[in-house]
Amino acid sequence: MKTDLSVRIGSLHLKNPVMVASGTFGYAEEFKDFLDLRQLGAVVTKTVTLKPRSGNPSPRTCETPSGMLNSIGLENPGLEVFLKTKLPFAAKLGIPLIVSIASESDPQEFVELACRLERVKSVSALELNISCPNVKHAGAATALISQDPAATKAVVRSVRKVSTKTIITKLSPNVTDIVPIAQAAQAGGSDAIALINTLTGMCIDVRRRRSRIAMPVGGLSGPAVRPVAVRMVWEVYRKIKIPIIGMGGIIDTFSALEFLIAGAAAISVGTANFVDPAVSGRIIAGLKEYALENKIASVRSLTGSIVKPCVQPKK
Amino acid sequence: MKTREHKAEILAHKRIDERVQLMTLAFPAPCAVPGQFVMVKAGVGGDPLLRRPISIHRRTKTGIELLYEVVGQGTALLAALRPGAEVSIIGPLGNGFPLVAAKGRTPVLVGGGMGAAPLVFLAEHLTAAASIKQPVALLGAHTKKGLLCVKAFRTAGCRVITATDDGSCGRRGFVSCLLKELLESTARENAVIYSCGPRPMLNSIYELADTAGVAAYVSLEAHMACGIGACLGCTVATTAGNKRVCKDGPVFAAQEILWGQADEN
Repeated sequence: MKTDLSVRIGSLHLKNPVMVASGTFGYAEEFKDFLDLRQLGAVVTKTVTLKPRSGNPSPRTCETPSGMLNSIGLENPGLEVFLKTKLPFAAKLGIPLIVSIASESDPQEFVELACRLERVKSVSALELNISCPNVKHAGAATALISQDPAATKAVVRSVRKVSTKTIITKLSPNVTDIVPIAQAAQAGGSDAIALINTLTGMCIDVRRRRSRIAMPVGGLSGPAVRPVAVRMVWEVYRKIKIPIIGMGGIIDTFSALEFLIAGAAAISVGTANFVDPAVSGRIIAGLKEYALENKIASVRSLTGSIVKPCVQPKK
Repeated sequence: MKTREHKAEILAHKRIDERVQLMTLAFPAPCAVPGQFVMVKAGVGGDPLLRRPISIHRRTKTGIELLYEVVGQGTALLAALRPGAEVSIIGPLGNGFPLVAAKGRTPVLVGGGMGAAPLVFLAEHLTAAASIKQPVALLGAHTKKGLLCVKAFRTAGCRVITATDDGSCGRRGFVSCLLKELLESTARENAVIYSCGPRPMLNSIYELADTAGVAAYVSLEAHMACGIGACLGCTVATTAGNKRVCKDGPVFAAQEILWGQADEN
């Protein structure tokens, strides 16, 4: 029996549903010694902004129970250097290349970035990072664009107007209800939703009564956030029509399957890349094995295949 | 050689004192150079999650030695492992000390506390090379108990001078005082400094070296999640912009670092 691992996200054809999450995979070249990058479903590069950013002060990371806190602050060389020195390696891999973009102060920067990238053929899709907790937008109604449905819809729509590429909108879990935000991204014209960015968190060194990272608050990732992420994928799946890329604490095949069953069409491996740079390759092999063992003809049939709960949630 | 994950057997594991452990791993790394490090996984699974960066203390024919301090949950788990157990490591990683800088010169190795660990590998390398003069090892710690590897530096052929904060061994004071005296003598003519230790110490080393016009290389420590240049957790501000301690370092020319923008940890 054969099994089909391929999935579609917008106009992208992924040979399998395993991608790598922005900010955890550098520009792919950092991982070339560890795994055959061409086997990945897609690569998402570290978020790029129009201008270079030096990022936040050190220390920027610390270990937390089953996870880590980070406050990198979107350090990146800016679009020009990115196009010249970072993109070429990933462009040659022959797999869908998704470029994560973010604005620093004015959401209009998303439009400028999208316009510039529209002309770059090797870029298959844009991921709109409207959910980084480590960058502050002055003057906005909410700290993050993705905490405001209207702002979310406006940004997605403005990018949609100038871009023919697949648009993925990455959302923040730091909201009371994720569903209206996802619906707003869909209404704005997003082709897919990426769930979730990091959860804001703190970690205090009791002896010194100081935050363990230089910033008081950082973004929590790793297995600790997985149940939150799976729940959000499940909630959103039933309320939108576009595909969801699920992520948050995936470290092995079974944690990847959790997201697919909850409703994700594809998944991204994030923090686990730091610990085990070859892990995404093993998850691809693991999914194939799982599908064969369970006589699943297409991995697409797993999406949203959770057995209905005995007790239906109240409307 | 490609950098990959290796499962390395623990050949020996010795307690040096209540907080310092010496682990010998069956990991032949003929291309490892002094100053490089490995990322070690403590325990299996997600808690603790991240690997720990540990410098290579010595290289033998059959493997590498790691001299590390037990500071938290991860290193405590490592310390509990017995010979025969396997640990997952990634490495060797990063750039080592530039050895060519020592040619025809007197290498001055300055180690503070645990910073002595990678300098032993360097000392053994330098004393094995021709055309390099006898290295001087300046070692400092809070107390006599914290002075590490004194014997190892002597065995490697170094002249060893020590300093402790409380005067319990060698000179009372900081190791930088030893360097200051050395650089005030005729020895400075042909010296090159290699140093590893806490950041304030490295900062003093840089200032002394800069005043004396002597080349200095420092090995930096930083919090890092990946060790392979992807997470940007270990960024350090340099004259050429941000650099990654794991990939662009951990060894840097001292004058490259913007010392004012210090990491307070």
